[in-house]
Amino acid sequence: MLDSETNSATIADPKVVCRDVSVSYSGKQALFDIDLDIGIHQVTSLIGPSGCGKSTFLRCMNRMNDVIDGCVVTGSISVDGVEILDDEIDAVQLRRRVGMVFQKPNPFPKSIYDNIAYGPRIHGLVRGKDELDEVVQTSLERAGLWEEVKDRLLQPGTGLSGGQQQRLCIARAIAVRPDVILMDEPCSALDPIATARVEELIDELKRSYSIVIVTHSMQQAARVSQRTAFFHLGIVVEVGETEQIFTNPRDERTQGYITGRYG
Amino acid sequence: MQVWLILGVILLLASYGYQRGRGGALASVSGDASKLHSLPSYHGAYLALWAAIPALIACVIWLSAEHQIIKMLVISGLSADSQALEPQRLALLMSDIRNLASGDIVRADPSPEVQAAAVRYAELAQVSLYAKLAAIAALSALCLFFAKKRIAEQFRARNRVERIVRYIMIAASVIAILTTIGLVLSLLFEAWRFFLRVPLHDFLFGTHWSPQTAIRADQVGASGSFGAIPIFAGTLLITLIAMVIAVPLGLFSAIYMSEYASPRARGAIKPLLEVLAGVPTVVYGLFAALTVGPYIRGFGESFGIDASSESALAAGLVMGVMIIPFVSSLSDDVINAVPQALRDGSYALGATQSETIRRVVLPAALPGIVGAVLLAVSRAIGETMIVVMAAGLAANLTANPFEAVTTVTVQIVTLLVGDQEFDSSKTLAAFALGLVLFFVTLALNIIALKVVRKYREKYD
Ligand SMILES: Nc1ncnc2c1ncn2[C@@H]1O[C@H](COP(=O)(O)OP(=O)(O)O)[C@@H](O)[C@H]1O
Ligand SMILES: [Mg+2]
Repeated sequence: MLDSETNSATIADPKVVCRDVSVSYSGKQALFDIDLDIGIHQVTSLIGPSGCGKSTFLRCMNRMNDVIDGCVVTGSISVDGVEILDDEIDAVQLRRRVGMVFQKPNPFPKSIYDNIAYGPRIHGLVRGKDELDEVVQTSLERAGLWEEVKDRLLQPGTGLSGGQQQRLCIARAIAVRPDVILMDEPCSALDPIATARVEELIDELKRSYSIVIVTHSMQQAARVSQRTAFFHLGIVVEVGETEQIFTNPRDERTQGYITGRYG
Repeated sequence: MQVWLILGVILLLASYGYQRGRGGALASVSGDASKLHSLPSYHGAYLALWAAIPALIACVIWLSAEHQIIKMLVISGLSADSQALEPQRLALLMSDIRNLASGDIVRADPSPEVQAAAVRYAELAQVSLYAKLAAIAALSALCLFFAKKRIAEQFRARNRVERIVRYIMIAASVIAILTTIGLVLSLLFEAWRFFLRVPLHDFLFGTHWSPQTAIRADQVGASGSFGAIPIFAGTLLITLIAMVIAVPLGLFSAIYMSEYASPRARGAIKPLLEVLAGVPTVVYGLFAALTVGPYIRGFGESFGIDASSESALAAGLVMGVMIIPFVSSLSDDVINAVPQALRDGSYALGATQSETIRRVVLPAALPGIVGAVLLAVSRAIGETMIVVMAAGLAANLTANPFEAVTTVTVQIVTLLVGDQEFDSSKTLAAFALGLVLFFVTLALNIIALKVVRKYREKYD
């Protein structure tokens, strides 16, 4: 559990509230009693050495862990005050509201247009072709990809560059109008220029969405996020304002990690 | 017997070469192996290969020429009368001589001339054996001698052995390819002889198939007619029925196995399907001919349909069942090759499992599945035993699955079974059919493999 004296796990206006979240894979525990709030319309970054459970935690929030055999999640997570770990809750519906962008861009082997239209189609969010066209265009515009692809919407999404593919995946995620977007190391497969574009995009998107991003780059966390949580060996060691975490960490493990002593 | 003796000698020489190579290499550095460029065993292997390979090659050449040479020598020793015999009789005489020489049973009381020739044959064979052994030993020794000179501290035996091994591999694949080419050439050649007698377009577009030709000039009613359309149509009909069974069942079981089944269920089902694939087709044939055929006939009768007990349906159904594991295991592979990341991407957008399968997994796997189906089609077209047993021989041109039809493979079998002169039109027609079969399945396989490969490249 967290000591609220040294950690500000709770915040005034949370979008997602996680309490006592523990996860084990086939009996092997990977996360221990995580308490963490995700603020509305801001970027929360999760940092920490590999294998400390960042991705696992991220997958709890859209119940993607359901897909993994042997994975058991306990505790409580609520989005907008609604408990989502409840069996009553339809994980499929939840994932429409809590979107996810993966480490490696994974566009479907379909046209750019169909990639974006995928979500709106399966959820019946649009009526008619015109409306769908509009959703595709606005999603691509918001992802900053429209100008680059507007003449080749019917070409396969897999033909784009890595950075473009990742922005396509972001556009695909926002096309279903989620509330929260989870990003698992979205830039780790990208070059610096593409990374810069995605970072700009994240900064832009936080006005409309609550974003959680896992990153291995301290600079990235510092640049894009307002709050930062440092994970270590399955627990949250420290969480707080990004500026405070990077300039004045309270825990020496946090200090050690951000100054590069281990990780 | 002889072959074992020769192989034994070669083996002995090779192991001698190995010892010498090893010993020589060690001696050249007075026992300090670390000074050698290559390990002593490579020097040994180098000499062993040199001792064995040229000798083996020479031996193969010798063995293939030996028979002809001895035959010529024996014949030249026969009386002028015998030498003047027509080729077939001479061949008979020769086989008598050979049998007598090897002590096998021959026709009653051979003539003195044959006996003398047999003695001569045996002598020649004996001489050839000794000569062969001597030649091999000499060749081995010669090669060893020159190869041995190379053994030295800095000799790169390791690289040399590597190179020789590579040549051996190349030779093996060249032999495989040459055999295939030979097969195709002989098919082409015999088919060409057939098309000299029956025009190509009559064969490809004729609608009447009745390959009985008159054996004696006074026979009537059997002029031979080689229009292959009914056969192609029958093949197509049966293949179609088989595919209608095999594609959906195979594909659905593949989807179940790769997407829905728990690892345990999958571990149980997959081997079962593979067992199904290993059942000899003659067993399926039995099943088709004795169980399914009569059942369909009864079934048809109860609906007032006139069904033959050897129907296209029976053969097609059973063939379809036979091909299910083929389709399912290939499709399972391609579905499994669809990256998990794509499924995750779809789930993360709020798609259900069946939506994900329908809209992401299957479209992504489609080229591979098409490839699998094409391979299955080519299997079905080439399948012989089931149709021989269950489809019948009548070359009916029909689309009615309750009637008996015949297929390319069945016709090839029936054309060649029984007493026929080798160069009758009937026999040659089998080669023409074989050629068609060969090219159709070849084309299908090439297209299928191309499709599958292209698809694989996309994800790896
Ligand atoms: N699918 C899985 N099955 C079993 N164990 C897993 C699985 N995914 C992650 N783990 C384990 O959970 C721990 C946390 O992993 P992860 O959340 O991927 O860490 P991070 O994203 O911080 O690198 C690791 O010890 C890892 O081995
Ligand atoms: Mg991770």
